[in-house]
Amino acid sequence: MSTQNMFRLGLFALIIGALLLGPYWASRGTMRLLIEVFYFLALAQIWNLLAGYSGLISVGQQAFVGLGGYLIFSLAMFAGVPVLVGLPLAGLLTALIAWPTAFVAFRLSGPYFAIGTWVIAEVYRLVFAQIPALGGGSGISLPANIVKAMASSRSARESMTYWIALGIMLAVVLGIWALMRSRVGLSLSAMRDDDEAAISVGVETRKLKFLIYIVTAGITGLIGALIFLQKLRVTPDAAFSVNEWSVLVIFIVVIGGIGTLEGPILGIILFFVLREFLADLGSWYMVILGTVSVVIILVEPKGLWGLIQRWKPVSLFPVTRRSDG
Amino acid sequence: MTDLLTASSLDAFYGDFQALFGVNFRISEGESVALIGANGAGKSTFLKVLTGLLPVPGQSLTFDGTDLTQHPAHEIAKLGIAMSPEGRRLFPSLSVRENLLLGATVAREGPWNLQAVEDLFPILTEKANTPSTLLSGGQQQMVAIGRALMANPKILLLDEVSLGLAPVIIRDIYSALPRIRENGTSVILVEQDIGQAVAVSDRLYCLQEGRISLEGPSATLDRADISAAYFGRKKEHA
Amino acid sequence: MEWINAILQGILLGGLYALFAAGLSLMFGIMRFVNLAHGDFIIAAAFLTLVFVDLTGLSPLWAIVPIVPAMMVAGYIGQRVVLNRLSGKDLLPSILVTFGLSVILQNLMLETFSADSRRVSAGALDTAAIPLGGGLAVGVIPLLLFVSAIAVIALLNWIFAHTAVGRQLRATSDDPETVSLMGINKKHLFAIAMSLASGVVALAGVLLAVKTNFDPAAGPVRLLFAFEAVIIGGLGSLWGTLAGGVILGVAQGLGAKIDPGMQILAGHIVFLIILVLRPQGLFPKQRG
Repeated sequence: MSTQNMFRLGLFALIIGALLLGPYWASRGTMRLLIEVFYFLALAQIWNLLAGYSGLISVGQQAFVGLGGYLIFSLAMFAGVPVLVGLPLAGLLTALIAWPTAFVAFRLSGPYFAIGTWVIAEVYRLVFAQIPALGGGSGISLPANIVKAMASSRSARESMTYWIALGIMLAVVLGIWALMRSRVGLSLSAMRDDDEAAISVGVETRKLKFLIYIVTAGITGLIGALIFLQKLRVTPDAAFSVNEWSVLVIFIVVIGGIGTLEGPILGIILFFVLREFLADLGSWYMVILGTVSVVIILVEPKGLWGLIQRWKPVSLFPVTRRSDG
Repeated sequence: MTDLLTASSLDAFYGDFQALFGVNFRISEGESVALIGANGAGKSTFLKVLTGLLPVPGQSLTFDGTDLTQHPAHEIAKLGIAMSPEGRRLFPSLSVRENLLLGATVAREGPWNLQAVEDLFPILTEKANTPSTLLSGGQQQMVAIGRALMANPKILLLDEVSLGLAPVIIRDIYSALPRIRENGTSVILVEQDIGQAVAVSDRLYCLQEGRISLEGPSATLDRADISAAYFGRKKEHA
Repeated sequence: MEWINAILQGILLGGLYALFAAGLSLMFGIMRFVNLAHGDFIIAAAFLTLVFVDLTGLSPLWAIVPIVPAMMVAGYIGQRVVLNRLSGKDLLPSILVTFGLSVILQNLMLETFSADSRRVSAGALDTAAIPLGGGLAVGVIPLLLFVSAIAVIALLNWIFAHTAVGRQLRATSDDPETVSLMGINKKHLFAIAMSLASGVVALAGVLLAVKTNFDPAAGPVRLLFAFEAVIIGGLGSLWGTLAGGVILGVAQGLGAKIDPGMQILAGHIVFLIILVLRPQGLFPKQRG
């Protein structure tokens, strides 16, 4: 093993170790912030897999975040499913619902796919606003007995949420890394470079894209379930918010660098640092974020990670296997 | 005779792939020059360079006292280089007449207008309002040439005019060439058919793997030499 | 009679949607480009109308005079300076830039005009209606909108069919490489197309301001309506887009009749059904 790999492995172990021990050193506020970082990073990596690697530019991922949120509430409230069982179940059901959804969305391509996914997310929002049992347009809170049944104490519940969020984030990042190093990753990069060429070398692009869309929808549903389990309240506007689950996620990926695993990580750090300093500016904060994104696409489409690469080609997650011989 | 267009040791690239190597080329006013060569020899690439579709920054390419490498394709068209492209590339949403009119966008002065082009290819009057997609291959080729003429170019580039056409149609189309040339228009034509190329040109260049392998007056060049240059075989009597 | 009225109002509303859609259709038809900030530009024009009325005290319809040319110029410049850099094989940059633009515009309008829902009054015109007998009536403003939509689409079609620029635009849409051989500067043509689309957007914005309430966050929904009208009608046909707008308007009108909460949803659902059954739209452009 090269020194560079040793260093990288050590760094990963250190960071993951520190994060795993979070509940023992972090304050409640820090933990809440970290949970948010984890799920935004997971969402960003998923969007990056869709748009950056698979050419599926979705502006409708909020459909699955919202579905996950509503499903876990429904499962817990109406079916009495314990939340720890409900979480993966919500993800699974979201993937199931994503199947017919994909069937509709995949009738459109390119930019029309993007707006089509947005329409579909709007449909889900409007439908859930019509269901009285789920509180209609004003949403619903998780009943106190279910909240209490989640864990023995509030801090225990928060630690549980924290570890689940961390686990999902790590699984997503490492999962996509593994995917990109596999044959599927090779097919994906062939597909991204040239759809027709990929077809001619035998990659069944449509099937592969379909599968990726549905699997990521399931994981997005799982993340959505966790988000609203933490918030303890779900409303149609919050659950299916394009601003929260698409705009911010896309900005994170674009600013950090689309089409790389490192980009979203860089983007998430920058995003939360900016937010700490600029959140008081209100809508000007969004104007700044939007402007930074637009300028980055115009100047360096590969984002900040691309800028760093120009200066020094490094890689935290090497995708291409090198023969060190 | 003064040269209208000259290229000196011109290289051209598609990305990293070099398609032309040190090509020297010239054509004078009123002259007809044929470019022959096998598939992939670089003939169409050379025409793309002349029209600006393939930019060659820093190369030596002069037309009528102007450095062509400094101009994008649409400006080169205005300077007086028009092309009937390979595959004709007519606009499917436009009728025959609209395709012709589009050729006049550069608004250069000269003998060619709708009337003159339709006199040259009378069938185009009859088909004026037909969508260009409904024409036969030969008719489409006439529209493509007519469209290029509408620009009143100083140099007319004809890329693979006879490709896919029946011999009788090819003869029809080439019979228009003298009338095109009588106004002093220079012609550069790319042909697969060596006999045809020799018959209608004053001079001839043969390209082989991106390099000029033979150059000379069409009338006096030896057919064996042409074949050798074309196919890259060693000349037997050399 | 109430149902007939709902359909009638839906048809007229469809005119507004067709106006939203015509701009989008134009951009995609010629540049293969979708502007995700389309709806936000419409709302921006509506706010400009508000400013115009506040400043001059004139009827809001006069706002067309300065706003349409201003946005046409802005559209031309925006395309030449920014968007032409993005037009290429890769769609991602143009989608992302216009998406960013959408967020910027929304939040700038929020800072400038607050989140309040606004409306511009056209005085007596607001309530004027033409009775059709049998208890049916059409409002003058909805009718004006519908007629404007027809006029705009007829004008655009005339430009495409009978002018040199129209010819060049169609040719550019067919084959942007070959037009350069005709001495046509693709970038200039794209900017002209964007300018035309921006003029339609401006008109739609002014009329929207007179017709209905709007707020800084109202843009994305307009984008979705415009998009749905284009897809329902079929790509490449402006009259199809009008039909798409009308179908969407009627679906919404009938949905609202069933339940006010169903208005938008009914439109979306009709769109999705048509997308599944006829993905090429109802009236796609016929090619020989």
